[in-house]
Amino acid sequence: MPHKVISLISVGRHPQSGRSRRADQDSRAVELGLKLAGTDLDVVHAGSSQEPVLRQYAGMGLPKVTVLEQDESADALVSIADYLKSEKADIVLTGVRAESGESSGMTPYILSEQLGWPIVARVADIVEIKGDEAQVLLALPRGQRRQVTVKLPFIASIDNAAEAARQSAFGPGLRAKMDSQNGSTVEDSVRVDWSEAPAKARPKRLKIVKAKTAADRFKAATAKPQGGSGKVMKNESAQEQAQAIFDLLIEEKVIR
Amino acid sequence: MSDIIRRDPRAEWIIRNRLHPLHDQYANQEEGGEVRGPSGLLRKFPHKVGFIGPNGIKRIDRLKGNSSAPKGKRSSAAQEVQLPLHKVDSPEYYIMVVADLVGGRLTGHDKDILGLAHKLIAERGGNGAVVAVCFGEVKEEHFDTAGVDRLLHIDGEAFEGYSPEARVQALAQVEAQYPVKQWLFPDSIHGGCDLASRLAARLGERPATQAWQVNVEQTVSRGASASLDITRKTPKILMLLEECADAIDETRHEATPITLDGVSVTAPTIQDQGLMDVDPNAIPMAEAEFILSAGNGIHNWDQFHDAAKVLGATEGASRVAVDDGFMPRSRQVGATGTWVTARVYIAVGISGAIQHMQGIGQVDKVVAINTDAGCDMVKRAALSVIGDSEEILGELMKLTAEHKSTSVSDQAEEDSHAA
Repeated sequence: MPHKVISLISVGRHPQSGRSRRADQDSRAVELGLKLAGTDLDVVHAGSSQEPVLRQYAGMGLPKVTVLEQDESADALVSIADYLKSEKADIVLTGVRAESGESSGMTPYILSEQLGWPIVARVADIVEIKGDEAQVLLALPRGQRRQVTVKLPFIASIDNAAEAARQSAFGPGLRAKMDSQNGSTVEDSVRVDWSEAPAKARPKRLKIVKAKTAADRFKAATAKPQGGSGKVMKNESAQEQAQAIFDLLIEEKVIR
Repeated sequence: MSDIIRRDPRAEWIIRNRLHPLHDQYANQEEGGEVRGPSGLLRKFPHKVGFIGPNGIKRIDRLKGNSSAPKGKRSSAAQEVQLPLHKVDSPEYYIMVVADLVGGRLTGHDKDILGLAHKLIAERGGNGAVVAVCFGEVKEEHFDTAGVDRLLHIDGEAFEGYSPEARVQALAQVEAQYPVKQWLFPDSIHGGCDLASRLAARLGERPATQAWQVNVEQTVSRGASASLDITRKTPKILMLLEECADAIDETRHEATPITLDGVSVTAPTIQDQGLMDVDPNAIPMAEAEFILSAGNGIHNWDQFHDAAKVLGATEGASRVAVDDGFMPRSRQVGATGTWVTARVYIAVGISGAIQHMQGIGQVDKVVAINTDAGCDMVKRAALSVIGDSEEILGELMKLTAEHKSTSVSDQAEEDSHAA
């Protein structure tokens, strides 16, 4: 039985030019969805169906994109939660953080709380789905991976470590169908009170020297940061030297 | 008793002033007594004058103890300063800091957030305490100087490894049991962000993410992939960026353990299957944890590649090795190549050009294998072995292979016992 996979997409923002684009993590979520479900993948966007960026997603080989039609100020969560409840999805894929708006990354968590599904954060890959369980690879810092199994249905937020999205084809993107449905009209009332401004550069932290005496201050200003060198093994045999290195590697837990 | 040498300006002044009525008394104290010969002549024992300097040369201090350098104890260890203790008795409210504890120790990020928590308490007033909430294995020994008033260590098998669901249930119980004013989390990839989002969804709070300027009233946080500053009222749950405040460094704190009553955790829906073996050379070099790097001193390249494979290390190279065509350009470490952040870096046959040293500036532990004991890499390294790299790498591979086979057989034994 093929599983029903839904990818949630949003409008991204190019980091340098600031132009709208297909969001990096969302497009990876679509790529993973295409791997799992092929063209049966349901791609859902809450917003305007006139948005040209949706064509970039559709150009990845999607026959149609579901759009929950709503204003920019409306709360996308409500309409997406309603849609997911009405569809019987097995896997919902999102990005970790949107590239526009608040980009809090809370969408998958609130959805999981509302639907009562587990959420797996920072997924690098979904290896296989066996029965009602999926083997999921999580992306950890320093390129490490952790494997977990999770029961269907679940929500996964896709990390940048997932497979990169395929190129978008312009023509097929234009020909794709935009399936518009009515979205929510609930306003995000909390957000109205916020003030937004272009990001200021954050001040760099200065190295503060709390020296008591002039000699200490002088030392702090002139001394090289490196301390004395460590242990030097000169006359030992190769075995002893290798053993010392090996002990250090074990102590640092780089060899398990 | 502290052995800080304290100057007594009055005594110094009396010692300088030979006409002072108390001069003899003070000068004698300093010199160990004046000796008069039988004819009443002042006698000085020349061998007792002065002290032996650090280079073994005799030094005579003619400043009569007025110099700032401590006399005769130049190499005395730096005085451990006892910082003033900050005490909180029967706190009215708590600010919870859920620490990442990477490798069981507080990260710099955690310490910044503890500093911010104290800043918030100072602004808010009242009798508040900062609680560090820790899960799993804890190796940190300096919670007191990091600014932890209370320590809530939630331990148990359910919280080991990857267990966000159990952890968030425990945090929800903390919220129910203690009067919590604020939850502070590091907005990090080490799990802080994930846990904070789960807790916020559970409690129905709207958190501020990527916050970097926080006071009691207002929070400035980043939005729209860090292109926007959002100013809003400070919410209950905050996920904070690095360097959001200064860490505590002038006070000591109690770090009194507190407990959580009756932690009950439902069975997790996400089962942890453990870490996967990753091809070390597929990890981007800039974020690799363990790098084996080769330089001009390597002659047996096949052995080097084997060693990297056996050790499970990412391969790196110096510029010379790359220029000579032994390694691809993408593997170059240093100013023109990649700046690495590894925890352990083994430099084999690299003498350490300054461009290379720049590239490994952020590395914690450097191990140097070299034939030249005077090279710069040896000065930088935590452990240097001087010898033939081929021989040492061979021995190291043997040791590692032995270790792996024994640990595998241990694992198999455990499994068979379990079965």
